[in-house]
Amino acid sequence: MTELHSTLSGIGVSAGVAVGPLVIVSPPPLPPADEPPTTDAAAASSKVRDTLKAVADGLQAKAANADAHAKPILEAGAMMAGDPGLAGAIDTQLQAGKGITTAVSAAVDEYCAMFESLGGYMAERVTDLKDVRDRTVARLLGQAEPGVPALTTPSILAAVDLAPAETATLSVETCLGIITSAGGPTSHTAILAAQLGIPAIVQAAGILDVPVGTSVALDGGVGEIIIDPSQAEQDELAARKARREKALAAGSGKGMTRDGHPIALLANIGTAADARKAAVQDVEGVGLFRSEFLFLDRDTAPTVDEQTATYTEVLQAFGDRKVVVRTLDAGADKPLAFADLGHEENPALGRRGIRLGVVRRDLLDDQLQALANAYQATKADLWVMAPMIATRQEAAWFAEIVRAKGLPRVGVMIEVPAAALRSFDVLSEVDFASLGTNDLGQYTMAADRMEGALSELLNPWQPALLDIIAYACDGGAKTGHPVGVCGEAGGDPLLALVLAGLGVSSLSMAPSKVRAVRTSLALHDLTQCQQMAAAARASVGPKEAREVVISMADPVMLDLL
Amino acid sequence: MATREVAIGSSVGLHARPASIFVQAATATGLPVTIAKQGGNPVDARSILGVMALGAKNGEVVTLSAEGDGADAALDSLVSLLERDLDAE
Repeated sequence: MTELHSTLSGIGVSAGVAVGPLVIVSPPPLPPADEPPTTDAAAASSKVRDTLKAVADGLQAKAANADAHAKPILEAGAMMAGDPGLAGAIDTQLQAGKGITTAVSAAVDEYCAMFESLGGYMAERVTDLKDVRDRTVARLLGQAEPGVPALTTPSILAAVDLAPAETATLSVETCLGIITSAGGPTSHTAILAAQLGIPAIVQAAGILDVPVGTSVALDGGVGEIIIDPSQAEQDELAARKARREKALAAGSGKGMTRDGHPIALLANIGTAADARKAAVQDVEGVGLFRSEFLFLDRDTAPTVDEQTATYTEVLQAFGDRKVVVRTLDAGADKPLAFADLGHEENPALGRRGIRLGVVRRDLLDDQLQALANAYQATKADLWVMAPMIATRQEAAWFAEIVRAKGLPRVGVMIEVPAAALRSFDVLSEVDFASLGTNDLGQYTMAADRMEGALSELLNPWQPALLDIIAYACDGGAKTGHPVGVCGEAGGDPLLALVLAGLGVSSLSMAPSKVRAVRTSLALHDLTQCQQMAAAARASVGPKEAREVVISMADPVMLDLL
Repeated sequence: MATREVAIGSSVGLHARPASIFVQAATATGLPVTIAKQGGNPVDARSILGVMALGAKNGEVVTLSAEGDGADAALDSLVSLLERDLDAE
């Protein structure tokens, strides 16, 4: 049991402070290791069938109140829970004498193995199937179904990690802060918390041992958690929050260093609704519009007309401000029902991004046609870029297609180290580049983004990543073409100084992070940023790099972190 | 035992939405309908997991079987369902 008044630490992924009662998201239950074997298979079978029915009814009821995105997922779950084939497979396990929850688990695992071997779309359904299993096992054990409980009072939410479906239902009114024991700085939890402006900490070992209802304070900037904070500790946090607000309120308008060197501050968005929200904020445009949401979780590709309508809406929301659209970045890890290339051993290294665009040229052509239509309708400042470009030839191929559609500016994402190392070649073919620091870090360090245990390798302060970024900026300078950043690194007010020093011309981030980055840039000259970049690259590791930059920064910065 | 052969008309194959439409229709017949790929073992057509795991693709021929009152009529209606591009509807 974690002691009261004690502190825990993790990795701060969304700045801000919060105090509130702790609510723990129930982890999925496991069949007890000492579960007694089944002796009366008929009785157990009847109990399992009743439970599956209750799970199916529960999911169906949730589907009735869900939005268009969640509804088909919940309905599919209800259908799986009501599946006679699943009940039959469980019966077989019960007749073999397996304990009741062990039987459920074993039968579901058999289906999961079958689906995983089929790959692609079917492998993705494994998540739904495991959700049905967890709900059924929990009910059989007399426990609450796992997942985020309905928050009635404003609370701090703690979990091992949150699934995208769970985070989708969170609201800033009731969720004051998020703490996870696993996850990493680029996990869904971290990205969503930053988007919503909810203070969040990941990798906080021990948080799940704290009793539910305990008052917990967290500082999502430094990654510190205080269990049952004293009044003095709460006052200090509140004072820190006030100082931070004061520093943030000081600036507005275009991003620039103290000596006037411009660094455009842009928003990362994923949907038309994001665009409407971001457009009314003090940002200079969109640096990354992830177009995937139009394609995921549906059975057929969106039509050109449907895409045209959405792109037009986004472009109109931003008027004459620039909007950078990334073409479809799907592939084996985000499989599409209508573009399934089958199972891949290493999805992150497989046919994703532009590599899928080459195989499914029809999808790319439709998307570019829709973007061209939206451009003709609005004459907006539209920039179009491709994900996962590795070579000059790929860049040239993409540029020719985009220009043939009459689109004004074409660029590439630099996420593959090869493209960064040969950035002069790549940028000779296109008008601009944008560094996706999350994937660039993953590929530079050969460390899976989704593997929380490797978060140290994925730390954006890794000197090797900074070197790679410097290479990319060098090619930008030699060609005279701008290189921006649209990964999470761009939203860190301290790292933003290093990126500016390396030669980046724009930073795109969750809109909630723009104010801190603007303030940070305004406190420093470009030469200081360049000195910080040199010092960070000369460091032996990420921790040392960050520390040396803090020592060189204006003291006001400490309240922004 | 009534049997029918039919080529899958759905452009994405028999999964996702087309699979759930088919399973709901098979369940509604009230008969123990099975579906099999050529040379494969028949699976319960009322099981969404079984039908999805079958992985029948667009144009692939499947065999439907059923026994009992109204089996012929039930299979005819399921055949006409599978012939259509359920995904486009």
